[in-house]
Amino acid sequence: MQLTGARILVECLREQGVDTIFGYPGGTILNVYDELYQAGDIRHILTSHEQGACHAADGYARVTGKVGVCFATSGPGATNLVTGIATAYLDSSPIVCITCNVSTGLIGKDSFQEVDITGVTMPITKCNYLIRDVRNLADTIREAFAIARSGRPGPILVDIAKDVTAATTDYEVLDRHEHAASGRLRSLLKRYDFKPPEPDMDDIKRLADMLHASKRPMVICGGGVVRSRAHEIFRAFIHKLDAPVALTVMGAGAIPGRDPLVTGMIGMHGSQASNIAVDQCDLLLAVGCRFSDRVALKPDTFARNAQIVQIDIDRAEINKNVQTDHHIIGDARRVLTLVYDMLEQMDHSEWKEEVFSHPRETIYDDHPGTLTPGEVLATIARLAPMDTVVSTDVGQHQMWAIQHFHFDYPGQLLTSGGFGTMGFGLGAAIGAKAAYPERIVVHITGDGSFRMNCNELATEQYYGLPVITVLFNNGTLGMVRQWQSLIYGKRYSQTTLDRAPDFVRLAEAYQLRGFRVSNVQDFEKAFSEAMGLPCGCVIDCQIDMDEMVRPMVGGGSHITDFMIN
Amino acid sequence: MINPTRHTLAVLVDNESGVLSRVARLFSGKGYNIESLAVGTTDDPAISRITIEVLAGDQQLDLLCNQLRKLICVHSVKSLKPEHAIRRELMLIKVLSGDSVQRNEIIQIANIFRASIIDVSKASITLAVIGDERKTEAIQNLLTEFGILELVRTGMVALERGQYTIDEQTKEKGEFDYGKNILRDVEHL
Repeated sequence: MQLTGARILVECLREQGVDTIFGYPGGTILNVYDELYQAGDIRHILTSHEQGACHAADGYARVTGKVGVCFATSGPGATNLVTGIATAYLDSSPIVCITCNVSTGLIGKDSFQEVDITGVTMPITKCNYLIRDVRNLADTIREAFAIARSGRPGPILVDIAKDVTAATTDYEVLDRHEHAASGRLRSLLKRYDFKPPEPDMDDIKRLADMLHASKRPMVICGGGVVRSRAHEIFRAFIHKLDAPVALTVMGAGAIPGRDPLVTGMIGMHGSQASNIAVDQCDLLLAVGCRFSDRVALKPDTFARNAQIVQIDIDRAEINKNVQTDHHIIGDARRVLTLVYDMLEQMDHSEWKEEVFSHPRETIYDDHPGTLTPGEVLATIARLAPMDTVVSTDVGQHQMWAIQHFHFDYPGQLLTSGGFGTMGFGLGAAIGAKAAYPERIVVHITGDGSFRMNCNELATEQYYGLPVITVLFNNGTLGMVRQWQSLIYGKRYSQTTLDRAPDFVRLAEAYQLRGFRVSNVQDFEKAFSEAMGLPCGCVIDCQIDMDEMVRPMVGGGSHITDFMIN
Repeated sequence: MINPTRHTLAVLVDNESGVLSRVARLFSGKGYNIESLAVGTTDDPAISRITIEVLAGDQQLDLLCNQLRKLICVHSVKSLKPEHAIRRELMLIKVLSGDSVQRNEIIQIANIFRASIIDVSKASITLAVIGDERKTEAIQNLLTEFGILELVRTGMVALERGQYTIDEQTKEKGEFDYGKNILRDVEHL
């Protein structure tokens, strides 16, 4: 049947089972929004800013494991997505961003609101497309979704010229399971014969042999375990191996944080148990982890006594940051299942005893009469139900949250681990709430991060997507101040935020509830009330500006050279 | 960087707009300068072959190849070892030829290097020479004294010696295909 490009786009989203779009309209994408107006069955959430839409789509993708979708218009609409796309790219989150560009005849003429967004986003997308011919539209959208969620997931941008959305062509509905056998995807897949995507069994055998021979094995759990939802087999596997497990920021939730084998976070703010164990182990197995500079702070001395084995779906991650002795390419769930079957039940009691003689958690002191982040987070952990989703921004509060909460399942923590995007949390929380309205969503933030994208309070208010924002207000950019305190001789250059707004009144201006608390009793009262509120709220927690994240290892230092304990 | 050497990469890509810039930006994005670049279609019109020469350490080269292979538009990548590859480029060079003596000398040099004379005017001669950089540099040096008016190179192209091709199946290639291959596995998503 003959349909317009805009209609075909909407039909293609239906093929993919898309139920929610986050976006912001504008001149060039009007035809698409006109179709959405008539469609009715796809929910569109209008954010305050395109960046918020992109983070919301990202949060939706992280929490559900499905592909998140966001819309933006040309020019500034498209460039406002850029930070969100980079955030998704660094954390391997599958999103499809649809932007519309000026009409084909105007492209390249510096037309009003024109930008070469495919050029801009080339380094931060898995793949991107500019569609100039309506006949390619359906095929490209199908390819975009398939690529976004396949292999190592990531963001895709599809830029559609405005006249393409108005032009008509023949379109037939195609079931998603037939996409791989049609059009561009078929020719893409033809390159790779029909070899089943199976890891090499000799490699699996070799890994099993190495694991059997190891006396002091150690496992690092990265974001890949979360992405492939390999948490069940991962837990079974490490208990069979009986090895300590350290979590990266992105690996949080891949195994329940209270599991007796978990040593806590690893790296710059890693626990002593994690960092010392990785230094002393004789075999290090990294699953879905890319040894970023926040984990392998000094690559040449990282796990210096160990053979290193890497399991990753992305071949390009092997030997990128740390030289490995063995690797297996494949989906974490599949590889671990195969290794599990070959592994005998091991017992490493002595080694575990040694590892767990070091603290796996940081004990923060309570200061009577003041509110500490630890008290706040412990209260949330105690009061919030098991299925609570936690999103964070970036900075001290992010590290505290990951240290204090014991995440139990993949997608429970939404945080910008790789790109470190301040202002990520509120959008992501809205995306999570849109996906699971019945769950409580807690957004942990700091006053610096919150100020960046707090405009999205309007979105949670309007759509009835209540988020509990717990704001650690220390009147400073805490993490930067911490570095200034430790490394820059307490010269606090441009980090003090002794300024407006009053966050309680800000929340109220957005028709949400605001609380200000400065002791843990008040916080507990406010948080309990917040969980029952029909609307979102902001809890402004007054904390001390010199509270630090501990322990800390300086960038580029050996992993056990703790700057502070 | 550990003593970078000149490497030759052969890359098969989709013959589509934007592909060259995707490939080229990978090099600039990772901080490498492309020393030489040549692009053209292959026997299959849907596929182009890019030959890139780059200064890099062996390990950096591996990382670059790995990143290239991840691009959806890239079919295969191979680093061609100089001892197993033939490398050639075409250089056109326009030289001043003031009088008949000079013209004769230039023609003699051209003959020695088996360069073709492709254009002659009263005041200039244009030669075409094919070879690797040693040959093109040598003739360029000899012609400098006559006065070089203009010079252009196509960039190096290269093929492996013997029956080997870029399409050979290695384990590493299989590992890269894995990520793209999983596209068909839509069931678990």
